[in-house]
Amino acid sequence: MDFDLSDEHELLRTTVRAFAQERIAPVAEELDREHRFPYELVAELAELGLMGIPIPEEYGGAGGDTLSYAIAIEELTRVDSSVAITVAAHTSLGTMPFLLFGSEEQKREWLPELASGRRLAAFGLTEPGAGSDAGATRTHAELRDGEWIVNGSKIFITNAGTDISACVTITARTGDDEISNLIVRNGSPGYEISTPMRKMGWRASDTRELSFRDCAVPEGNLLGPRGAGFKQFLEILDGGRISVAAMGLGLAQGAYDLALAYSREREQFGRPIARFQAIQFALADMATEIEAARGLVYKAAWLKDQVRPFARESAIAKLYTGEVSKRVVDRALQIHGGYGFMDEYAISRLYRDQKVLEIGEGTNEIQRMVIARHLGL
Amino acid sequence: MRLAVCVKEVPEASARTRIDPGTLRLDRGGAATLNPFDAHALEEALRIKERTGEGEVVAVMMAPLPAADSLRKALAIGADRAVHVADDALAGSDLVATARTLAKAVEREEPDLILLGQQGGDSDGAVLWSALADLLRLPVVSQAASLELAEGKVAVKRQTEYGYDLIEAPLPCIVAVSDAINEPRYPSLKGIMGAKKKPHETLNAADLGLGADEIGEAGSRTEVYALADPPSRGDSVRIEGDGAAAEKVVEYLTERKLI
Ligand SMILES: Cc1cc2nc3c(=O)[nH]c(=O)nc-3n(C[C@H](O)[C@H](O)[C@H](O)COP(=O)(O)OP(=O)(O)OC[C@H]3O[C@@H](n4cnc5c(N)ncnc54)[C@H](O)[C@@H]3O)c2cc1C
Ligand SMILES: Cc1cc2nc3c(=O)[nH]c(=O)nc-3n(C[C@H](O)[C@H](O)[C@H](O)COP(=O)(O)OP(=O)(O)OC[C@H]3O[C@@H](n4cnc5c(N)ncnc54)[C@H](O)[C@@H]3O)c2cc1C
Repeated sequence: MDFDLSDEHELLRTTVRAFAQERIAPVAEELDREHRFPYELVAELAELGLMGIPIPEEYGGAGGDTLSYAIAIEELTRVDSSVAITVAAHTSLGTMPFLLFGSEEQKREWLPELASGRRLAAFGLTEPGAGSDAGATRTHAELRDGEWIVNGSKIFITNAGTDISACVTITARTGDDEISNLIVRNGSPGYEISTPMRKMGWRASDTRELSFRDCAVPEGNLLGPRGAGFKQFLEILDGGRISVAAMGLGLAQGAYDLALAYSREREQFGRPIARFQAIQFALADMATEIEAARGLVYKAAWLKDQVRPFARESAIAKLYTGEVSKRVVDRALQIHGGYGFMDEYAISRLYRDQKVLEIGEGTNEIQRMVIARHLGL
Repeated sequence: MRLAVCVKEVPEASARTRIDPGTLRLDRGGAATLNPFDAHALEEALRIKERTGEGEVVAVMMAPLPAADSLRKALAIGADRAVHVADDALAGSDLVATARTLAKAVEREEPDLILLGQQGGDSDGAVLWSALADLLRLPVVSQAASLELAEGKVAVKRQTEYGYDLIEAPLPCIVAVSDAINEPRYPSLKGIMGAKKKPHETLNAADLGLGADEIGEAGSRTEVYALADPPSRGDSVRIEGDGAAAEKVVEYLTERKLI
């Protein structure tokens, strides 16, 4: 048993922490307020190899492991969730399907520009009528003269509509009882992208509604075998949960850091509020839960890196960090008093950014269902 | 083009600096980092290498073994090689002994250009480069705000209080860079993962041909007799921020006809 991170993981952590502090923190509030996608930051992250951490070098990625990826996402979320989800959705949802299921030709065609971060990719699973029940997908594709003709719609799709978005991989019904994944290139006739959706949090991240009207997609854009779509998206989500869990961990850590610093500065009744036991106990509880959360996230990442089953652990980590981040950010804002309710205080943004961690990539209830299934129930 | 960069590890800026009352030396036990000024020196070396399209950048450090983390960071950022001089006998080295040790380590590399940070973020001495130049008998330019290489020489814009000096020096020479010279890059993930595979040499004093009397306390010219808090200024007045502080400050200054 060894709880030490390697030198490389430590250096990655301090590097991403410094980047988040020096480059993201100064603009996070403004990006959020203006609902502005962080193009410059994405370009800088690409430069550092952080837009394709777990993608092998031969396909233009950094060739890192899942633990590196989790640490990077944790450190980004500590400062800003919008930037973190942009990286996480691009990597786990947008790029991974190509690596996991793409033919060699598809990998060569798409991965270099995605893994390098020059372009972004999205994953379109959710539909107005198919959320938690993602298998209820109604979007359908019909093979006609060597082309898939796609009709249907998707909702809440991250990274689909930025200036650098290259494509979306969608689930579509290709037969009565058959779901397949298709790659749709941005700009394809019949593929329309809504204006950015207005959100409670993650405001600088790109979220869109997609509609497909007789959208023609080359037959070769089928990802993996026809009819494998259901199995494929479950596998994509299993991996994606580790990065969302890392976001929950990072958000909790960021909220705790803010609360700890504030409690030492803020004086009431003639002393820093950190001297009151009620505040100390709140911080002690937060630190305890964060420590437990970190253990779960890193273990899930480690299992995946060992090429061992990790679906149960990633669901546990996702559920736990979703709930811990809620408790921590709530107490952290409480420690800030009225100032925490003001936009100028970062904690108010963290508070708004937290909620979706209990919804996206499987709600808390869905995580419990996944865990229960692993319990044999 | 061979570029040597002297890099030092210093306590993190956020850490409280403490002098050990027993040894009368700086306590280097806490979190440490690559000296920020030296990150600028390394960045400049990498840019020169990138501009000229050839060359080698070697990072040289004198420090105890745990400081290898900071050298590894230099490798992750882009240095090609690292030379770490570590020896228990070096403990207590002052400027003179440190410069002597670094001079030996740098000389071995036969560099065309030696870059240093303007100062160490811990002691802020801003002297080591001149001691090094003296020992190596090389020209030295400090406070470099920009640096251009030409045939066999270097042209430096030296930042001063009043403007810039334009100084040319023949190669090989020593340049200490200011933090205005560039914006250091972050190590990339590939750089971080590749750092362990780069040559990382650890040398002791004997490897450099340094005798016991040349290094450590024996080789130092500085002796710390005692430590004390700076004397308080007896005539100072403390004005607390109680709402009327600004008026009191104005009153105080007016009384003394200072405004
Ligand atoms: C900001 C944001 C970004 C997103 N990005 C993407 C993306 O990039 N790609 C993508 O495909 N999707 C994305 N999503 C969609 C997200 O994955 C879904 O919102 C989520 O899966 C829940 O689906 P739903 O919203 O339809 O909720 P519903 O499924 O309608 O759930 C409503 C409530 O019912 C509960 N519920 C549902 N079924 C059960 C059950 N069987 N037992 C108990 N409770 C149940 C749920 O837990 C929830 O509390 C994003 C969502 C958001 C908000
Ligand atoms: C482990 C350790 C123990 C020490 N113990 C003592 C002591 O007991 N008594 C004492 O008087 N001083 C001690 N020193 C201080 C040491 O002598 C100073 O590094 C030296 O005097 C240089 O002064 P400075 O740090 O002010 O460097 P500056 O002159 O401010 O530094 C300018 C530049 O010189 C380079 N440089 C400086 N030091 C090093 C180094 N070690 N390796 C590589 N490059 C370097 C860097 O590029 C730096 O930016 C110790 C230092 C270390 C690392």
